[in-house]
Amino acid sequence: MSGLALQILSGLATGGIYASIALALVMIYQATHLVNFAQGEMAMLSTYFAWMLFAGGMGYWQVFFLTVAASFLFGMVIERIVIRPISGGSVLSVITVFIALMIIMTSFAGWVFTFTIKSFPSPFSDCWKITPLLSPHEVGMIAVTLAMLALVFAFFRFTPVGLAMRAAALDPVASRLVGIRVSRMLALGWGLAGAVGAVAGMMAAPIVYLDPHMMGGILIYGFAAALLGGINNPWGAVLGGLIVGVLENVCGTYLVGTELKLTIALVLIVGVLLLRPAGLFGKPTVTRV
Amino acid sequence: MQQSLNLKLIVPLALVALVLPFVLESYQVLQFTMVIILSIVLAGLILLTGFNGQVSLGHGAFYAIGAYTAAILMNGAGVPYLATLPVAALLGLVAGYLFGLPALRLEGHYLALATFALAVATPQILKHKALEPWTGGVQGIILDKPEPPAWLPVDADQWLYFVCLFVAALLFLLAWNIVRGKVGRAITAIRDQPIAAVSMGIDAAKYKSITFGVSAMYTAVGGALSAIVTQFVAPDSFAIFLSITFFVGMVVGGVRSLAGALLGALFLQFVPNLADELSKAAPGIVFGAVLIGCVYLMPTGIAGLYGVLTEKVRRLRR
Amino acid sequence: MSTVLEMRKVNAWYGATQVLHEVSLAVGEGQITALLGANGAGKTTTLRAICNLMVRTTGSLALLGDDISNTVTEDIVRLGVAHVPDGRGTFKSLTVEENLKLGAYARADRATIGRDYERVYGYFPRLAERRRQQAGTLSGGEQQMLAISRALMLQPKLLLLDEPSFGLAPIVVREIFSILKSINANDGVSMLLVEQNANMALKIAHVAYLLETGAVVMSGDAGAIASDEAIRRSYLGH
Repeated sequence: MSGLALQILSGLATGGIYASIALALVMIYQATHLVNFAQGEMAMLSTYFAWMLFAGGMGYWQVFFLTVAASFLFGMVIERIVIRPISGGSVLSVITVFIALMIIMTSFAGWVFTFTIKSFPSPFSDCWKITPLLSPHEVGMIAVTLAMLALVFAFFRFTPVGLAMRAAALDPVASRLVGIRVSRMLALGWGLAGAVGAVAGMMAAPIVYLDPHMMGGILIYGFAAALLGGINNPWGAVLGGLIVGVLENVCGTYLVGTELKLTIALVLIVGVLLLRPAGLFGKPTVTRV
Repeated sequence: MQQSLNLKLIVPLALVALVLPFVLESYQVLQFTMVIILSIVLAGLILLTGFNGQVSLGHGAFYAIGAYTAAILMNGAGVPYLATLPVAALLGLVAGYLFGLPALRLEGHYLALATFALAVATPQILKHKALEPWTGGVQGIILDKPEPPAWLPVDADQWLYFVCLFVAALLFLLAWNIVRGKVGRAITAIRDQPIAAVSMGIDAAKYKSITFGVSAMYTAVGGALSAIVTQFVAPDSFAIFLSITFFVGMVVGGVRSLAGALLGALFLQFVPNLADELSKAAPGIVFGAVLIGCVYLMPTGIAGLYGVLTEKVRRLRR
Repeated sequence: MSTVLEMRKVNAWYGATQVLHEVSLAVGEGQITALLGANGAGKTTTLRAICNLMVRTTGSLALLGDDISNTVTEDIVRLGVAHVPDGRGTFKSLTVEENLKLGAYARADRATIGRDYERVYGYFPRLAERRRQQAGTLSGGEQQMLAISRALMLQPKLLLLDEPSFGLAPIVVREIFSILKSINANDGVSMLLVEQNANMALKIAHVAYLLETGAVVMSGDAGAIASDEAIRRSYLGH
């Protein structure tokens, strides 16, 4: 029985990472109705940035917060320069830009940092080992992810800017009529997504190791989590991430074997889109003809 | 949309294609054989995306289906290599049709997402232990190189080139017929005005699924040919990068006309080699930069440039 | 009498289609000005033109003497123009309170926000009862009240209202219009009131303009227009 408990707890730990990526995806989707295919690569570049700072000799938490700040800026820059000019374009041109971003970011990382796998430090020493079922890093991961998610939610719930961002995503025209600069809100949303992704990357890297392709599988799980929770629902994204994390571990260990874990994500994605496109917690949207 | 056969271009092209294997080195013949195979794949993708508006990031999976079908039949059942082609085509058609069945539910970005997930999951499925007796697991399958018929004065590489050329000609003819007929009008109507199309009585769901199936069929045939030509299949050749490569070729070649398939194939085969001279990561950056250039400057790709330039020349003449 | 808003010879286009032709009107300070006309006359477009929203315009627009012809919507709001659009524009999945908070988002004087919440709840007690409810669960009339309240939270110099009576029962319309009249009388809020329901509008307005296919065909004192038989029959349908 402790085997199952182990899988569930461990699944919750990795689920936190999926929840973070899912949250970033949902934030961007809510504001722009775009699926950010480059979310994984953005997080990967953030993690390399942190790695560079480590190589320079900085302490962990300094690096952590610097990276988060830099990733916030990076996200805003991408929105302004790459995304804004083609927003409103056809599905094909938008997806083409995302694919281009993915390719450029991965190749850039490979060019600058090479494709050899690097290790990434974890700040969580053995004093974090509060249960035999989880490693210190897994415990730390859960703590950091929870703290970050709580901060994000507090931001959206209690600050005027957070409220304005929610409004801008709900109804851009009405938002303009109360004076909200919708384009600035979009840039902010991308900045937040960049920052959240950076945290996910830095938490994942000690486990999956650092290389330009590290986020590929995680991104797919993030997609599955976002869809499962309801692509319009940030709370749902978080819950979806936790569920996906647990499912991945439990199904991987007891049902289909660890070699088919990505297939689980695929089945989830296709299943949700077919059976319940609004996800578990989302509201079905009606498109005006 | 190019609907007329531009004979002034096609005849010289055909002549060049027929002569090429006799004037090139062996490895170059192989390169051009890959160009032909890639153009078959891209033709399928252009039918789906350019003409029917469905964006797929997962066609590598259908390529893998075709490749492994050929490999398993040749290796395990001793089926002659030519006979594997119709089987691969059929399996690709069925697989594509099934994946495209929920086509109305999976639209736009969601379809791209679902196909992306399919492409990412494909190598894992191919490596799975349960399928190992057939697929050869991680090591894959090695095949024997087909021999040309004794009575033809061509070597093995030239023979395979002509096999692929023949298949490509057939498939392009088929695609051209689809595009300029009633079906072609229906699928482009669905791309441009889906709701109006439905109200005119076009069964959008049916057409979309069938188009997906046909598109996958082309890709699977390409996959089978590639297995025959390279004599090797292994799971890691069919990772997400493959699907992305196909996507890039389609956009750069020109998504709105079948000519784009050939142009995209030439781009995919030769540009990365050139870029490789610079650095290992350069091909990716070149791809990405060219893609972005296409979106902003050349939305209809290289094939579209021809139309844009001829239009400008026409206007200057007036 | 000074003017809050002055439109002079404004033309407006949606793309290539011209919808407003040389429209000139003025909203007096502290007054309710009605803009009347049938469906498609261009009333909504006029309000959008003032806010520089979704239409291309030529001509001059001045708010309290300052030219706003080239100002973006978000900045026009900051200058004190609150626009209650047709369809109300409430944020349905946000609460009443959150909607009101957003109304105050762009306002200059932040010290008196708390007092304005109370004032708005005073005008519309039903909103006070429902302040934690999601806006989408309110009735049509309550949503209209919320939309007006949200606009008032800006402490606007000019309140633009697009068909507040639309889709509401007559008794609710009467209630809302009488409250609008009080707001104008007590707080001196200048209003430009777009309405199809000419009767109700003329009852509370000081000045009225009539719009027909994008051009002003009549203007004058609201009372005079309301009581003129000939005008009523030809322009107002009775």
